[in-house]
Amino acid sequence: MPIQVIIEKCTGCTLCLKVCPFDAIRIMDAPRPSLKSVDIHEGRGKKAVINLDKCTLCGACAPACKFKAILLEKPETANQKPDISGYRGVWVFAEQKKGKVQPIAFELLSKAKELAAALDTEVSAVLLGYRLEEEIQELIWRGADKVYVLEKLELANYQDEPYTNVLAELINKYKPEVLLCGATSIGRSLISRIAVKIKAGLTADCTELAIDQEKKMLLSTRPAFGGNIMATIICPNHRPQMATVRHKVFPEAQCDMKRKGKIIYENFDGALLSSRSRLLDIIDEIESTVNLSEADIIVSGGRGLKAKENFKLVEDLAKALGAAVGASRAAVDSGWMPYSHQVGQTGKTVCPKLYIACGISGQIQHLVGMQSSKVIIAINSDPYAPIFKVANYGIVGDLFELLPALTKKLQEALKR
Amino acid sequence: MNIIVCIKQVPETTEVRINPQTNTLMREGVKSIINPFDMYAIEEGLRLKERFGGKVTILTMGPPQAESALREAISLGADDAILLSDRAFAGSDTLATSYTLAGAIRKIRDYDLLICGKQASDGDTAQVGPGIAAHLDIPQVTYVKKIEEIKDKAIRVERMTEEGFEIIESPLPALLTVVKEINTPRLPSLKGLMRSKQAKITHWTHKDIELRFENLGLSGSPTQVVKIFSPPPRESSQMLSGSIEELVEKLALIFKKELV
Repeated sequence: MPIQVIIEKCTGCTLCLKVCPFDAIRIMDAPRPSLKSVDIHEGRGKKAVINLDKCTLCGACAPACKFKAILLEKPETANQKPDISGYRGVWVFAEQKKGKVQPIAFELLSKAKELAAALDTEVSAVLLGYRLEEEIQELIWRGADKVYVLEKLELANYQDEPYTNVLAELINKYKPEVLLCGATSIGRSLISRIAVKIKAGLTADCTELAIDQEKKMLLSTRPAFGGNIMATIICPNHRPQMATVRHKVFPEAQCDMKRKGKIIYENFDGALLSSRSRLLDIIDEIESTVNLSEADIIVSGGRGLKAKENFKLVEDLAKALGAAVGASRAAVDSGWMPYSHQVGQTGKTVCPKLYIACGISGQIQHLVGMQSSKVIIAINSDPYAPIFKVANYGIVGDLFELLPALTKKLQEALKR
Repeated sequence: MNIIVCIKQVPETTEVRINPQTNTLMREGVKSIINPFDMYAIEEGLRLKERFGGKVTILTMGPPQAESALREAISLGADDAILLSDRAFAGSDTLATSYTLAGAIRKIRDYDLLICGKQASDGDTAQVGPGIAAHLDIPQVTYVKKIEEIKDKAIRVERMTEEGFEIIESPLPALLTVVKEINTPRLPSLKGLMRSKQAKITHWTHKDIELRFENLGLSGSPTQVVKIFSPPPRESSQMLSGSIEELVEKLALIFKKELV
């Protein structure tokens, strides 16, 4: 049995029952224990019993038990443990679009430097694309000790198959112990495919990364259940240990133009570069100039704006602040804003430095998309709106007066 | 046109919270639902069937109770439903899950298109869809917001990106993961509801599918959860009050402080 309760250690304290996301644990009279344990525990027979029809072996209960009474064991088999010796170095996949390395790569480099220091190893960036000369140097200035570069016309724009083939080939050739990638529309598609191709462990959408100094292992922490709980995940027996990281979680690595690094040009034959699917066109359509996921500031509007034309108040404020415009599901469903602006469970997950929620009540579906923002300001006419529970600053007031006044003030400040 | 839609039964995320006093999951009466993104996948499958004929098969892996999610999909109009349920699958991370689902899809064999939701609302990983495509070695397009055309064994779709969208063409069979914008899911019809009650759900265990046992469940999963905890609480919230002018001044100060 891969999971079991050690009757002798279990005190029936209910801690495990409370953390089980699947309602699979009950405290009841334990199944007939051995004679010995009956002797020990006479008089207090209530124990944790796991319903194996409901248990998914998710592992939430074992670390929650203060008495180490829950054992979760992996059945080990001979070919179970691949050889992980010889994997060294921290890699960053440097995502580029239209020949420009994306800010997420610099954010990853700043964390990669910390991780590499803790592991006493070096940081490498992998850059795939076409005509990237200047970009390579910037990766070194921002912290890469090595940059692996493959420049091919077929790699000019991201495509799943050639990128997967080439990156997997590089991983097999150089064996990094850690690989970081942005949790972007590119990263989440690419690395999921890589994970299968090279049979490695992957933790998605991390918001914190650290090294377990004793085991020299990557600790990846990520939100689950829409950000309502956090989970720390390890990958003990497979390499590289891979993680995708959300935008704006780490600061960008600073540019040090004196830094030196090594550039390694790769060349692979054509078969790896072929793609069955074809990218026919790329269309940019975000009306406001700022991309929602990469924005430092987001001004979002909801049902409280009452009508489509009132969204202009939000857009004006966003413009004055240099912010991106977000919208609640209610606003998108009413046709006031396109879906690409929707923040929340069925839209985008964002974590800007500042999130200003205007006329958004704060349905949980919205909160899960923005509650990891660093600072939240909420403006709503209803003092009992749930948005105030997650806000650092709350204002109960009239949007139609406050927003124009605020925009005007900012515009004046800018003029000065 | 035969379509397989992979779905997941999830706890209604909105109700799973951590009790800040005890640091434990509060789960009283949490309902199980079809992952919201999978509703768009099911709907898109049904629409394609209505246009091109063929059938829609729903596939899920989960505990026996996941059968109710399959019945719900049938009430919407799906033709067949298969439940992969086996103790051997328990503890699967995204690698083992996509391996198992891919094994079942190979057994189904006759398919032109696979559709998944962009991610599940409990794990939020978005890894299983591309994982299945990788195991089957077929092309994938993620974050699909529109199917433009299907003809001559090829599909042309719009893929949502951070800046807008891409137009991608792929030969079939292929795997798509879809976002909310692609459609508005229908409600079950009365006929569908009646049919879902009687429909026979196919159950498969690892013995029914050609799979390597060591790649299943816990032993096939490279990742391990070592700790769960509640997110750090937000600094105590502060309500601002005053006249419009005062509020504007206060906010301007906050912007200054927070954006340096």
